Amino acid sequence: MSGLDDAAIVGVFEHPTRWAPDKTQFQIHAESARGALDDAGLSIRDVDGLLSSGLSPIGIMALAEHLNLQPRYHDSTNIGGSTFVAQVLHAAAAISAGLCEVALITYGSKASSDRFAVGTGGLSGGDPPDQFEAPYGPTVMNSYAMVAQRHMHEFGTTAEQLAEVAVTIRRHASLNPVAKFRDPITVDDVLASRVVSSPLHLLDCCIITDGGGAVVVAKSDRVRDSRKEPVRILGGAEALRHTSAGKRDLLKIAAAQSGPMAMAMAGIEHADVDMCMIYDSFTITVLSTLENLGFCKLGEGGDFVSGGRIGLGGELPINTDGGGLSSNHPGMRGIFLVIEAVKQLRGECGARQVDDCSTVLCHGTGGMLGLRHSGVTLVLGRR
Amino acid sequence: MSDQTGPKIPLPRIDEESRGYWEACARGELYVQQCGDCRLLRHYPRALCPDCLSSEVQWQRCTGKGRVYTFTVVHQNQSSGFREMVPYVLAYVELDEGVRMLTNIVECKADSVKIGMPVVVRFNDFGGGVSLPHFVPVKAKRRRRSRG
Ligand SMILES: [Zn+2]
Repeated sequence: MSGLDDAAIVGVFEHPTRWAPDKTQFQIHAESARGALDDAGLSIRDVDGLLSSGLSPIGIMALAEHLNLQPRYHDSTNIGGSTFVAQVLHAAAAISAGLCEVALITYGSKASSDRFAVGTGGLSGGDPPDQFEAPYGPTVMNSYAMVAQRHMHEFGTTAEQLAEVAVTIRRHASLNPVAKFRDPITVDDVLASRVVSSPLHLLDCCIITDGGGAVVVAKSDRVRDSRKEPVRILGGAEALRHTSAGKRDLLKIAAAQSGPMAMAMAGIEHADVDMCMIYDSFTITVLSTLENLGFCKLGEGGDFVSGGRIGLGGELPINTDGGGLSSNHPGMRGIFLVIEAVKQLRGECGARQVDDCSTVLCHGTGGMLGLRHSGVTLVLGRR
Repeated sequence: MSDQTGPKIPLPRIDEESRGYWEACARGELYVQQCGDCRLLRHYPRALCPDCLSSEVQWQRCTGKGRVYTFTVVHQNQSSGFREMVPYVLAYVELDEGVRMLTNIVECKADSVKIGMPVVVRFNDFGGGVSLPHFVPVKAKRRRRSRG
């Protein structure tokens, strides 16, 4: 019993676009909503909860207007790319508390066609810590690079081991017809790509695409309306990490808090997890997340991601859709972790299907790993 | 080595909680705060202790010495000021006093920077009363700042 048992995921949709100069951002939201509601066998008029992010500060009202919705529950949390993983939890909690019955989570972005500098632009917020950071040129990318550098220093992790993550996930992308980059790559290809922020090479970094997606979470007694097998929300937890007044160990990330809490709520052990969907903004994100979730010890991530363990057919396949490294990264990838997890649990993944997939752990990371970041763990399962 | 010419990096917007820190930097002095009640040493400066919410603030002058905790040589940054500066070295320096601060390592070859390397603060005046604490390798000879 997770306390979230009154809710289930009943519909998902990943927008197939990776390049949409002919569409608006809200159009991608709406097309994704249509896809997920069709998948669920529900109508837009059934929706009484609306969750979204990546909007203007009060843009949730404009999104409700665009869809002509009058939701009685809404949420426009923004904790970076992990937001939509958190919003599955928020929707399930709201449904369990009786605040709504059919919650629609939507995402749309034109990061690629609008030439938005995802990961390589400066800070913009003007929050108190920014004045001690922005003058030195931090970006999303280089904040992760500093974690990678420290990881190599403390544990002897190699560039080849980081590259294994990119190579494995590209192989998965080759099995996904809508992935943006599908040609296999080698460790040597990763090491030969230019260094963008040492020790990270270009192919250690996620791609930039347009895209969107939607997820429908509904109250259990609406579940009988759904076309597909509902997916249960077994457990979840969120965490935030920052510089801790100048004392933080950069190799201990938010996942170390949210992972054990989510797994305890779900009542599962690591051995129960059939596959993971890990936010792969960078190769180091995957390696550090797997360590902090406890799939291996701190410092053993380099070995863990090698030797085929995280590939299809391996002990713990991850990011079977091709991830943000190769398939789809419009800036806030979290929703795709949930969508692929649901498709795997339903057995809809064809050539990239994980056999007997009954428990999937999703972990989203948002923000700047070496400065401030969020982590959200979500455990999903078949009934 | 003062005012920025050409593309500008974002300089600190000094506020009520940070004024003491930046005024000290302008004098060429680096300070961290210590809580007058629970003794927590903290960076960045703020009015209330984040551990016990005490308003008792003691400013502690640092030696300016520390070691590189981690770093990256940045080859890509699309924002103005930094786009023109690449490659530059972004780093966390652990001060001898025990707290870590984000900074740049300057006045040395980027590929000579190593974790654990001893460094010392070097203030660079950006005009308008703003001096940024950068760090240089301890054995580097003092010479003219090359950035900005
Ligand atoms: Zn205190």
